[in-house]
Amino acid sequence: MLNFPFWKQILTWMLVAAGLLLALPNLYYPQVEAHNDAAKAVEEAGFATTEQQAALDEWPDWLPSGIVNLGLDLRGGAHLLAEVQVEDVYKARMDGWWPEVRNALRDVRDQVGSVRRQPAQIPYELRVQIENEAGMAAAVEAVRALASNVVTLTGVGQTDIDVTAEGNVLIVQLSEPERAAVDQRTIQQSLEIIRTRVDQAGTREPTIQRQGADRILIQVPGIGSATELKALIGTTAKLTFNPVVRRGTAEDKTPGAGNVSLPSMDEEGVWYTVEEVPVVSGEDLTNAKGDFDQNGRPAVAFQFDVRGARAFGDYTAQNIGAPFAIVLDGKVISAPVIQSHIPGGSGIITGNFTVEEANRLAVLLSAGALPATMNFLEERTIGPELGQDSIDAGRLATVIAAAAVSVLMIASYGLFGVFAVVALAINMAMIFGIMSMIGATLTLPGIAGLVLTIGMAVDANVLIYERMRDELRAGAKSAARAIELGFERALSAIVDANVTTLITAGVLFFLGAGPVRGFAVTLAIGIVTSVFTAINVTRLIVTYWYNRRKPKTLVV
Amino acid sequence: MAWRFKLAPDKTNFDFFRWQWLTFGGSLFLSVLAIVAWAVMGLNYGIDFKGGTTIRTESTVAVDVGAYREALQGLPLGDVSITEVFDTNFAENQHVTMIRIAAEDESQAVTPEQIGQVEEVLRAAIDPAMTFPSVESVGPKVSGELVYTSVLALIVTSLCIMVYMWLRFEWQFGVGAVLALLHDVIITIGIFAIFQIKFDLTIVAALLTILGYSINDTVVVFDRLRENLQKYKQMPLREVMNLSVNETLARTLMTALTTLIAVGAMLVFGGDVLRGFSLAIFLGVLFGTYSSVYVAKNIVLIIGLDRSEKAKKAGTPDDFANIDA
Repeated sequence: MLNFPFWKQILTWMLVAAGLLLALPNLYYPQVEAHNDAAKAVEEAGFATTEQQAALDEWPDWLPSGIVNLGLDLRGGAHLLAEVQVEDVYKARMDGWWPEVRNALRDVRDQVGSVRRQPAQIPYELRVQIENEAGMAAAVEAVRALASNVVTLTGVGQTDIDVTAEGNVLIVQLSEPERAAVDQRTIQQSLEIIRTRVDQAGTREPTIQRQGADRILIQVPGIGSATELKALIGTTAKLTFNPVVRRGTAEDKTPGAGNVSLPSMDEEGVWYTVEEVPVVSGEDLTNAKGDFDQNGRPAVAFQFDVRGARAFGDYTAQNIGAPFAIVLDGKVISAPVIQSHIPGGSGIITGNFTVEEANRLAVLLSAGALPATMNFLEERTIGPELGQDSIDAGRLATVIAAAAVSVLMIASYGLFGVFAVVALAINMAMIFGIMSMIGATLTLPGIAGLVLTIGMAVDANVLIYERMRDELRAGAKSAARAIELGFERALSAIVDANVTTLITAGVLFFLGAGPVRGFAVTLAIGIVTSVFTAINVTRLIVTYWYNRRKPKTLVV
Repeated sequence: MAWRFKLAPDKTNFDFFRWQWLTFGGSLFLSVLAIVAWAVMGLNYGIDFKGGTTIRTESTVAVDVGAYREALQGLPLGDVSITEVFDTNFAENQHVTMIRIAAEDESQAVTPEQIGQVEEVLRAAIDPAMTFPSVESVGPKVSGELVYTSVLALIVTSLCIMVYMWLRFEWQFGVGAVLALLHDVIITIGIFAIFQIKFDLTIVAALLTILGYSINDTVVVFDRLRENLQKYKQMPLREVMNLSVNETLARTLMTALTTLIAVGAMLVFGGDVLRGFSLAIFLGVLFGTYSSVYVAKNIVLIIGLDRSEKAKKAGTPDDFANIDA
């Protein structure tokens, strides 16, 4: 009799059953996918349409519904890696500090004399030249009084600005913890806004995640191209309404204090000089949507909040007949003349838009402006046909690899080879089961990992069977003993071999990105399941076979 | 005894050290050759490491690389390379090329406008129905980091494996195993250099996989060696090694063959996108098997093992502080 503890048998059976059950939905991929999409939509909406109900009925609720996600390289879509220019925010912060610093210095004017702002040498500093170098101590003290405490995990008790002096120049810098806090906030805001924009554009299952200190990874399946995605998320979308001072045909090099010269978006060579402080800005918008003007041309309709509506209403009432500029990201979309008082706070922006552009602008405006501009470090577009080709090729390779390895195993080990093949099949199913359970993503290199697992999984069986042969040759007492020794003594080599491969998968996971990471996940899961199936499942089958047949001699 | 397919007879008695000057020396020679090829010819880096853009084109018109080149001539682009892609899975009138445009210094890869121009020019010159199933750009900043990360990954993995082998065996085994692994990886890189096969991030993943996989055979040999060293305390090290390799020869060949078959299927049928990756693993497994028979143990023999009882005690895994003593 071969002994295999009863509890181990039960546990093995349960794990195998769980693996198979979890893998099952992948056989009905389209139905389950439709079911899951519908379930999500229904949960959000609170009711189900007939179509959604039909999709829900495609797959029973009591069965597991996790499926393996397909990576971008298999499904097709766009991938962007963006770097958020946090320096933009630093600069804006320092501009914000300037009036405060100026006021503080004005209070100690008798000691400091007149002050003048100098150009900054790094983004997060403000340089102020003072007239009397002797009054520097007083100046530093006055500005230091403006600082407030930053509360962060590491920076308790530190202030938000560092104030130092260099000759007659006073230097105000954002302190290290404050910069960290600004970075954190900027990335967080950017993530939120990108998420809103992508969601509003109505694509499914986007991946938007932070990567490293100042990067954001955006993956959107099913979108036509990275360029399209970039148009959606790459625009800052800072909208302002500014009073127009004058209109010209060239950039105004001397726009005057408090004014800036901005180019027109559509009209070549037209420049507007506008007041720098806007009447209202995009932050005051509550809503924007694509619409048409009275001539049927595409436009964007918007609605201000209470504060914005009052400011806009007051301004239009006082400036009838004067033009004002609608400015988007430093370009003038249009500069209509105010015809009448506009109360209520709603209006439309007309420009030279196509319907698509108007809709996109509406999405951008209602999602809010990005706090900083973004640089795109990496862009990838993969067409859905190429993804499908890769899936087909991968499937073919998997089937052929599995068939060839099965033939080799059976030719080499006979009945025991058949056992190994059964274990291999269970192994493949379990890999899919676990990947579905943890929501892992299958990428193209991941398929390669799967094929590689086919080749490697039977290695453990080879080691066990060869060890049995060794034991038989060495004259094991009985067939049962040879089997037991085979499993026992092959174990150390199997464990050592697989731990080293697991180490590799671990390194790949932590250092790799995207597809490579998908490969690491598949490989790691494959190692764990293959050790389990090769040792436990094969042993279970061999035990059942042996106890039933009770062979006198063993032929491996 | 029923018929069985066998790669090696049941009992072999080869002297694996007999042609040492040829086998081990040959390995050394090939490793040096690979490093020289790597240094002299350089690797054909993909955009992951060099920055730039690749565009995959698909058309029903047969590919004439010259016509493509001519069409792109007029555009203000960096270095352009065009290669035709072949695969067994392609339909008869499916003609695919990969166009690679190098990043111009300091610039942020290639702009969307440039990509648009390339697509437009090719449609006009070659085939109005041409499609572009994938377009990928990587900026020079990211590619620099990827090089660093890849090298780091190779070093970290090697060190981890060495430490693990040290914990489980003795330090000499760790050194022998890792040097054998580096031999596999270096020769594979050399082949990529000699044939100028595109070397990108997935190839690095493949090299790392080789590190993890090709040690398996070595572990099997060392595991038996460890067992035999206990069994035959008086036998010279060299003979114990020979015995161990002979005893494990059948399984070494068998495990290598199963993996080669699977990876071979991927190489032939897995599509062109994965071909470089499959090729790297295929080569790695091939050299890995060779090195676990002919390289790893030779290094242990060269370093030498202290087989006295005292050394055994000091060498137990719990007490590796004195291990170099």
